[in-house]
Amino acid sequence: MNYFELFKLPQTFGLDVATLESNYRKIQSESHPDRFVAASSAEKLASMQTATLANEAYLTLKSAGLRAAYLLSLQGIVAIDEKNNQMPADFLMQQMDWREEIEDAENAHDVSTLENLLAEIEIAGKNLQESLKSQFQNNHLSEATESARKLIFMDKVRADILKSIEKLD
Amino acid sequence: MAYSDKVLDHYENPRNVGSLDKNDPNVGTGMVGAPACGDVMKLMIKVNDAGIIEDAKFKTYGCGSAIASSSLVTEWLKGKTVDEAYAIKNSAIAEELALPPVKIHCSVLAEDAIKAAVADIKAKQLTKATA
Repeated sequence: MNYFELFKLPQTFGLDVATLESNYRKIQSESHPDRFVAASSAEKLASMQTATLANEAYLTLKSAGLRAAYLLSLQGIVAIDEKNNQMPADFLMQQMDWREEIEDAENAHDVSTLENLLAEIEIAGKNLQESLKSQFQNNHLSEATESARKLIFMDKVRADILKSIEKLD
Repeated sequence: MAYSDKVLDHYENPRNVGSLDKNDPNVGTGMVGAPACGDVMKLMIKVNDAGIIEDAKFKTYGCGSAIASSSLVTEWLKGKTVDEAYAIKNSAIAEELALPPVKIHCSVLAEDAIKAAVADIKAKQLTKATA
């Protein structure tokens, strides 16, 4: 059973996050250890395995970058390979610039600059997700692979900036 | 996760953080990023006319192991020829820093950054020679 099937979701990139959340919570409560106090050890083990799988599946599908990489893996494509660190130069330059700007703004306790950067980064991330949607729809898988790789960086830079804002608040 | 003493040392006192003039014809820049974790690394080397690396600087946005790997290689690069630099293997970096298996990719990233910086300086020298 793949992660989409587990949550009874259509196997697409543009998934409905609300359905993901509610189906995840349902599986979580159904496989909760409290329900298996009187169960056989085989049933206990099975419910524990379901809970673990649901956790892993939820974390993967919730993140756009990991979801895209997972969809590609279902088609036999390895998007995230630790031995392949080649990314387009202009993309890396932009990532480096953003991270320097975040660092500078954090050091200067400049929350409004961080918030502007966050807005810029979120727009870039949304645009990338839109491209991915159509790349998957049109089965342009090598383009989708590059976009999936880029999204991991976008997720990281977004997490970094949220952390910085939280620190200064 | 527990970092080794060497990783902690480089993480807390990173060597050679910063940039060199990227427009300098003797400066090569290597920029790489790891899609496995979203870390980015920039390595710059300044090479003299004899082909020896005189200076190296880095900037890494990532975990402690990625910072330590790039900090360590800037120390190793100084005084080496570009060909010696190109031959540095990630396994040597991982061994020196005692990186655990899940952090080996950080040393791969540092090796890739060296190779990218060397490729950049070689391309620059080629343009200079044919100009």
